[in-house]
Amino acid sequence: MDHAETLQKLEQRFGTLRTSEFRDNLRIIVRPDQVAEVLRFLKEQLGFDFLVDITAVDYLHYPEAQDRFGVVWCLLNTASGERLILKTFLNEPDLTLPSACSLWRGADWMERELYDMYGIVFEGHPDLRRLLLPEAFTAFPLRKDYPLRGRGERHNFPVITRAES
Amino acid sequence: MPLELVETGQEQATEQEYLWTLNFGPQHPATHTTLRLILTLDGERVVKAVPDIGFLHSGFEKLGEDLTFNQYVTVVDRMNYISPIANEIAWFHVVEKLLGIELTPRCKYLRTIFGELMRLHDHLLNVGTSALDLGAFTPFLYAFYQRELIYDLCEYASGQRFHGSYLRVGGLLYDVDDAWIRKLREFLNGFPKAHGDIARLLSRNRIFIERMRGIGVLSKEDAINFSCSGPVARASGVVRDLRKDEPYLAYGELRDAFQVVCSDAGDCYARYLVRMEEMLESIKIIRAAVENLPGGPVNVGVEGKAVLPDKNATYRSIEALIQHFELIMTNRGYPAPVEEVYGAIESPNGELGFYLVSDGTDRPYRCRTRPPSLIHFAVFPHLVVGHQLSDVVAILGSLNIIAAELDR
Amino acid sequence: MAIGLPDSVFLAKLDPLANWCRANSLWPMPFGTACCGIELMATGASRHDIARFGAEAMRFSPRQCDLMIVAGRVVMKMLPVLQRIWLQMPEPKWCISMGACASSGGVFDTYAVVQGVDRFIPVDVYVPGCPPRPEQLLQAVIDIQDKIRETGSVRAKEFFRRTRFEGPEMVAVRPQEAIVSPGDYRTATRFWTELNIATDKLGVKTVFPELQSH
Ligand code: SF4
Repeated sequence: MDHAETLQKLEQRFGTLRTSEFRDNLRIIVRPDQVAEVLRFLKEQLGFDFLVDITAVDYLHYPEAQDRFGVVWCLLNTASGERLILKTFLNEPDLTLPSACSLWRGADWMERELYDMYGIVFEGHPDLRRLLLPEAFTAFPLRKDYPLRGRGERHNFPVITRAES
Repeated sequence: MPLELVETGQEQATEQEYLWTLNFGPQHPATHTTLRLILTLDGERVVKAVPDIGFLHSGFEKLGEDLTFNQYVTVVDRMNYISPIANEIAWFHVVEKLLGIELTPRCKYLRTIFGELMRLHDHLLNVGTSALDLGAFTPFLYAFYQRELIYDLCEYASGQRFHGSYLRVGGLLYDVDDAWIRKLREFLNGFPKAHGDIARLLSRNRIFIERMRGIGVLSKEDAINFSCSGPVARASGVVRDLRKDEPYLAYGELRDAFQVVCSDAGDCYARYLVRMEEMLESIKIIRAAVENLPGGPVNVGVEGKAVLPDKNATYRSIEALIQHFELIMTNRGYPAPVEEVYGAIESPNGELGFYLVSDGTDRPYRCRTRPPSLIHFAVFPHLVVGHQLSDVVAILGSLNIIAAELDR
Repeated sequence: MAIGLPDSVFLAKLDPLANWCRANSLWPMPFGTACCGIELMATGASRHDIARFGAEAMRFSPRQCDLMIVAGRVVMKMLPVLQRIWLQMPEPKWCISMGACASSGGVFDTYAVVQGVDRFIPVDVYVPGCPPRPEQLLQAVIDIQDKIRETGSVRAKEFFRRTRFEGPEMVAVRPQEAIVSPGDYRTATRFWTELNIATDKLGVKTVFPELQSH
């Protein structure tokens, strides 16, 4: 797939961007404050109308990592079939990003899931609550400093014996 | 002044009185598994639906960070459990993309066959249970009998009838033999009749059509905007199928054997029809793949570095022995590039992708799933508004929500 | 002094009679959460046909059932629901834990999955396998029938003796870690946001007065 044209248009608008490529994935790395603008430009000008996925990575133990979190938007242009990955890095304590809900309504639950798992806050999201875990849960389980087996939450329930029920 | 205040207060009260709230799930026959809806109803009409999910959230992605690429396959299997091997294909598609492994032709064809069998698996269950929810019991039994035949095929090939864990990095667990091919041919010959039986019971059934047609209409723009893929999007007129658009495995070579099934109605009935037709297309793909099944080894050779060599080679050559040792010992392993990659396949439910981050070991650093069920379920509140309570079941059935994939 | 009985009248003890009735008309409550639920469907479908054992009348309403089949993994959010449904089922009732996940957590040794439902509700028969084959589930139903025939009584006296907790040893939750109480069955079907989370946060194990008085 030819990314040259897309890249050229992006660079015309935003100046030189950090990019990297692996197999057929093209990644564009932007600063968090650019995200909203770049996403809007990609959707409205370059025709990336399909939001494939939003995800995040916790780079806590990653070799030679500079930043704590990376957030990734996978985009697709349904007309030309071109795929693009937009990436940004976040550090504590400022874990806020603009929400993409106004551009793609499909972003709603993906962002809620990221909030649930990583505690990344999407500003402008209509209803940012926990999606998968109970509301009373306090940790963000996919962060690398949370143990795989949890902190005992799974054992913390009332017990019913046979004679009681 | 006070009089007016009282009046508005009363109006608000009556407004709230005739709306009532209904809890739907998490343990409900039509959810098939576990999800919960809080419906606000005006009489029988749904005014608002608030989904509440996570009743099967079991930490797949966290678990994946603890297992090696090959071990994680047992867990991936359990994600979309009505088409287990399709998940494995997606997972290894991405792992092999990361490691840069080019599969052998035989493996590609066999994986294609299994992928299509899984499509049948999924669509049969979906059609059967959505008919069951609408009160038709017989199609469910017919569909399940066909599923049993596919279970038999899986059991013969992999040793487990349900969760095969059949794929490995760079190949398959076992090769299939001629008896399996014979069984597969038998199944292929018998399937169109069973398919016809189900279609005759449902496709022109007045009650079924009345309850499906015009219900839960998803327009093409919305389908794209909501990131829908697979049969749900294709029933709304989005002509997108990764098998044709970004061919993987043997789909490039079998390109002419099948067509992409689309509809532009976008309602539940269209989704049902798309699934029914896709089954026939799958049969065509499997037929073509079986006829052209190449010979040769099914696993990539020793130079792949990530694949367990077969026993004969292990006993006879030193390279294979070393590699066997390296792979079996827990403190060894093979290097992977320190990179991240996104790859996706067309699973029966839609685009099933993985975002895989590797830190150079044989364990994923992060393995994010792009779950089609989650994304399709996000559309549900939008689809159901304005319909009757009984249509909730029809829409839910036609979206094919699998809870383990929904929550992971 | 023998009394001649008409041909169609039998005399029997009440207990075996009740057991016979109960054993041959089990009404399962299919608590199918995950993959095992599909195998449970397969058991009910044409090839394996659970109706041969009189247990085909699956009802999703707990009030009509006497055999709970927990098929699939039960996670933190689901466990209160499970407990609530179990309490809603009328006596006498039995429980089959189907599959590795329901019995022990299976492959999912993660933060979210309850490591075996027997830690929190009583279980009569465990079915191993991931998923168990339908034949195994049928065997479990037969085992339950045997158990009913051997131990059952009309007044369900055999249950009152089981006052001790039967599952594996409880894992002690250290107080500083037990900051989260993901829910209990009394409040499980309300909105989570409506819960008074603040009070729950501190209590490690809640004491339920209505259970104590039983
Ligand atoms: S025991 Fe296996 S098949 Fe059953 S629910 Fe667990 S993972 Fe799924």
